[in-house]
Amino acid sequence: MQHDQLVEMIRKATTEVFETMLATTLACGNPYVDDSAPGPQDGVVSLIGLAGPWVGSGMLACKAETARRISGLLLMQDFSAVDEDVLDAVGEVTNMIFGNVKTLIEELIGPMGLSIPTVIFGRNFSTRSLGRGQWTVVPFHLEGGEFDVHLCLTLAPQPQSAAPRPQSIAVL
Amino acid sequence: MPLDVMIVDDSAAIRKILQRVLMQAEIPLGKVIEAGDGAEALQALQANKVNLILSDINMPNMDGLQLLSAIRSNPETQTIPVVMITTEGGSTKVMEAVSLGASGYVRKPFTADQIKEKLNGLY
Repeated sequence: MQHDQLVEMIRKATTEVFETMLATTLACGNPYVDDSAPGPQDGVVSLIGLAGPWVGSGMLACKAETARRISGLLLMQDFSAVDEDVLDAVGEVTNMIFGNVKTLIEELIGPMGLSIPTVIFGRNFSTRSLGRGQWTVVPFHLEGGEFDVHLCLTLAPQPQSAAPRPQSIAVL
Repeated sequence: MPLDVMIVDDSAAIRKILQRVLMQAEIPLGKVIEAGDGAEALQALQANKVNLILSDINMPNMDGLQLLSAIRSNPETQTIPVVMITTEGGSTKVMEAVSLGASGYVRKPFTADQIKEKLNGLY
């Protein structure tokens, strides 16, 4: 799967979710390839696993303020702190984005599975994928914040036994 | 007659959005019961009769397909319309839901109009 293909899928899926569910238009930043998962950061990270002929992980990462903004747009209310509702909302946005990315990928390579998202909020944590694939990263800007959508996919060694690669989180 | 609806989704955000859509729709809405997964939904169905179920597919504990199968195999619930609301657009899971007796499905992300349109004729 080529980086440019993944970028287009992420852009299409993400803009559709934000336009339909959050009534918000996004500006897309310049995509890039990262050799590793994001380094030490603060804020909210939502992770989801993909499995099938290709396996890997998807991730939405943003500052706490942006997470509150995204949740506020989705639920039409203001959030003064990152609470359970905010984490749930960010997880569901991640689920919808990668559910749509999965549908687009399936048109090329066949059925894929999607895990239930895991959302982490904290300070000075880093993420690491035990896989060796590169991450396609697409930045997005919305009024009141910005966020990145990351996707790492590699060819499954054994298609029948493919499972999402484990993620680890380290608090530094 | 008021329409009693059950919303089954592991996301509280989606349950809240669907409840808002139902309240804005021009339907005689009665009580709305929420469940976070299929197991919770089955438990709630033992104590509540509903006229319509909106259910996600991918959920922990018991997913929407297992829930649908249990609903269709119980004589007391087998005729309740069940609409699947899911990110699984056009996938094998949607096909499986249809073969299990789903009354329809709506792909996430959805608009309020898509939900309302899907509910037409189901109550």
